[in-house]
Amino acid sequence: MKRSWLTSGLASVALIAAAGASWAEKANDTLRVAFTKELENVDSYFNSSREGVVLQRAVWDGLIYRDPVTNEYKGNLATSWEWIDDTTLELKLREGVTFHNGEPFNADDVVFTVNFVAKEESGVKTQRNVNWMKSAEKVDDYTVRILLKEKFPAAIEFLSGPVSMYPNEYYAEAGPSKMGLEPVGTGPYKVVSVTPGQHFVLEKNENYHDSPKGQPTITNIDIRTIPDVNTQMAELFSGSLDLIWQVPADQAEKLDEMGQFTVENESTMRVGYLSMDAAGRSGDTPFSDLKVRQAVNHAINRKELVDALLKGESQVVWTPCFPSQFGCIEEAATTYEYDPEKAKALLAEAGYPDGFTTEFYAYRNREYAEAIMSYLNAVGIEADFKFLQYSALRDLNMKGEVPLAFLTWGSYSINDASAMVSQFFKHGSLDDARDDQVLADLNVADSSTDPEVRIENYAKAIDRITSQAYWAPMFSYNTNYVFTKEVSYSPTPDEVLRFTTMTWN
Amino acid sequence: MLTFILKRLGLAVLVALTVSFISFVLLFLAGDPAAALAGETASGEDIEAIRRLYGFDRPMLVQYVDWLYSAVRGDFGESYYFRLPVASLIAERLSVTMTLGVCGITFALLTAVPLGVAAAIRPNSIIDRVALFLSVAGQAMPSFWFGLILIVVFAIQLGWLPPSGASSPAHFIMPTIVLGYYAMPAIMRLTRAGMLEVLSSDYIRTARAKGAPEGRVLFRHALRNAIIPVVSLAAVQMGFMLGGSIVVESIFALHGAGYLAWESIARNDLPTVQALILVFSMFYIVFTFLADVLNAWLDPRMRSS
Repeated sequence: MKRSWLTSGLASVALIAAAGASWAEKANDTLRVAFTKELENVDSYFNSSREGVVLQRAVWDGLIYRDPVTNEYKGNLATSWEWIDDTTLELKLREGVTFHNGEPFNADDVVFTVNFVAKEESGVKTQRNVNWMKSAEKVDDYTVRILLKEKFPAAIEFLSGPVSMYPNEYYAEAGPSKMGLEPVGTGPYKVVSVTPGQHFVLEKNENYHDSPKGQPTITNIDIRTIPDVNTQMAELFSGSLDLIWQVPADQAEKLDEMGQFTVENESTMRVGYLSMDAAGRSGDTPFSDLKVRQAVNHAINRKELVDALLKGESQVVWTPCFPSQFGCIEEAATTYEYDPEKAKALLAEAGYPDGFTTEFYAYRNREYAEAIMSYLNAVGIEADFKFLQYSALRDLNMKGEVPLAFLTWGSYSINDASAMVSQFFKHGSLDDARDDQVLADLNVADSSTDPEVRIENYAKAIDRITSQAYWAPMFSYNTNYVFTKEVSYSPTPDEVLRFTTMTWN
Repeated sequence: MLTFILKRLGLAVLVALTVSFISFVLLFLAGDPAAALAGETASGEDIEAIRRLYGFDRPMLVQYVDWLYSAVRGDFGESYYFRLPVASLIAERLSVTMTLGVCGITFALLTAVPLGVAAAIRPNSIIDRVALFLSVAGQAMPSFWFGLILIVVFAIQLGWLPPSGASSPAHFIMPTIVLGYYAMPAIMRLTRAGMLEVLSSDYIRTARAKGAPEGRVLFRHALRNAIIPVVSLAAVQMGFMLGGSIVVESIFALHGAGYLAWESIARNDLPTVQALILVFSMFYIVFTFLADVLNAWLDPRMRSS
């Protein structure tokens, strides 16, 4: 909505208005960054937004760390870990680490954090991030065991992602509300001040341990929430911001042409797809016919969508997961070349020679949804388009009232196929396929601790899902990062801003 | 006068109740609060857990009565989104919106009334044409566009003013102009029309025939009568500014109550939206009431009715 206020954009105006001076706050060693969305709570267990992940990685540490480039797991607050049995993970902790408030880090903090977040009553917002853990117990001051409810091979991935360690004494007293206002962690940046949703000031942690995240170099990070992307660009032009991200493709192109700023594009884990009601939950729908679903898959020119609309590092995606995720086997997926004639023929075979009319839902990227609609139109599928708020669409989806929808999934930056394919095809409330064979494969893949077995079974599930055309996976998203020439930064595919890897030129 | 005030107060309570109930129902129809609260990455089980945790599984009417009972005691609950008390959240955001609203309406009145009077004194003159042009432009120009143009000129090119934020008085200059300019045309046209009508009336001719100075005729006799509908309009505009400056707040990153309301609706943050709706409807009620009192002071005939 905000973006559509001015699609022509400030960039064109600013081009005419001539390139104003741009100067970073390099002299003050302060990097000024904009967030688009109001972050609900800095306490990372009580928010579910991208901005929250950015602060989480800056302020706190996990036990394990995944290198965002090589995807290799390294020790962070833990130095080593080993599976005692299928549901018990023993970790040796790093010694000599202190929290920002001076509290020393040890096994008590891990036990407290895990026991607190694993309890459903604690109300952690994204339950899936934590509800695989049952509890934790202390072996000695620097050894802990995390007990799982059941086998969960993605445990290491989660421990290197959303599960960060909190100081037990402080958190017991402060709780999520105060932790959100005066956060305390072990991370590379300390929080100086928080104005809820609006303004966040961070300062380099001089005593940061020898973490694989690397040592921070920029002293101060000043983050303001500026909802309108055009205003963000104006701030950048006037020299009062140094870095903006999530810049729409058309604006980023113009900014790049001006040559005044560095524009970097990087893919994200978000995948856009069409979901079809194969199980017929919404009543008598053409999508319960395989041929119709195949026709939809053939009707869409994914390459054109990527080249003309998404641009950047976006890729055509054929899998019901993001290809970098563990277990997301691209070779297993059936691909459907763009062939409107074939789509029409399939529709005719299915008994719809003149096509049909269906409700078509979407909640974001209206322009993408409209492009998809025109492809469907071209083969005779008339769409009755409904653009809803996310929560409203989600509601309908869970009730099984959505025959066709353009949806997206970002996997919470979890680099494991279970974070996407298993969320939608295990007969949950969002599953419009309800395929028993897929369920069986995914159950094995999700719970096996043998990587080979996992890969084999994810491949089987992906093969089945794509050959049955339950979805039409389409493309991955990308993000544009725009920053002044004084800053150097290489974005990573998980769409997390990492202040530790930013430096002044 | 006391019964008049009491009646108005009773009406205000009824209006507030009705508004809050309707908004409560509409919010529930708009989407599942548990799904909104759980966020985009939540699974079905996450949402169910949240539904139980927040009591969304209870009947809607029970939830409404529950809310009302707490609200009457001044407890608006905790924002689902920010996990902070709604009352303090709104108080913080309102200070920005109030500053902007007061500055905006002041700017609008200070430009619109003199221009309207000047245009009415000399209809079809250059001044009238300029005033007409300004009002047509103000009406036609979307505020997001005007706001961005101001930013490009004054913040980027000239570098005189900060582009966005609320940390100093200078930050409020551009938003005030944009918001005020939006309200200006209607006030100006109404002032002009009222003045034209009054200036051609008999008592003005009489006043002039008595030899009263022109300034006294214009401001004491004419404007005082012509301004009555303007006061009512300004009151409504003021209510509008305090509740609805979403676009301006968003462009200038002001984080006021309007923007909070807009975002809270999208987030299904029921306690925040409910409290804001109550506050906004109270603004309208208070301002129309104040306008009535002001009009009664301006026009003695209104006092008796």
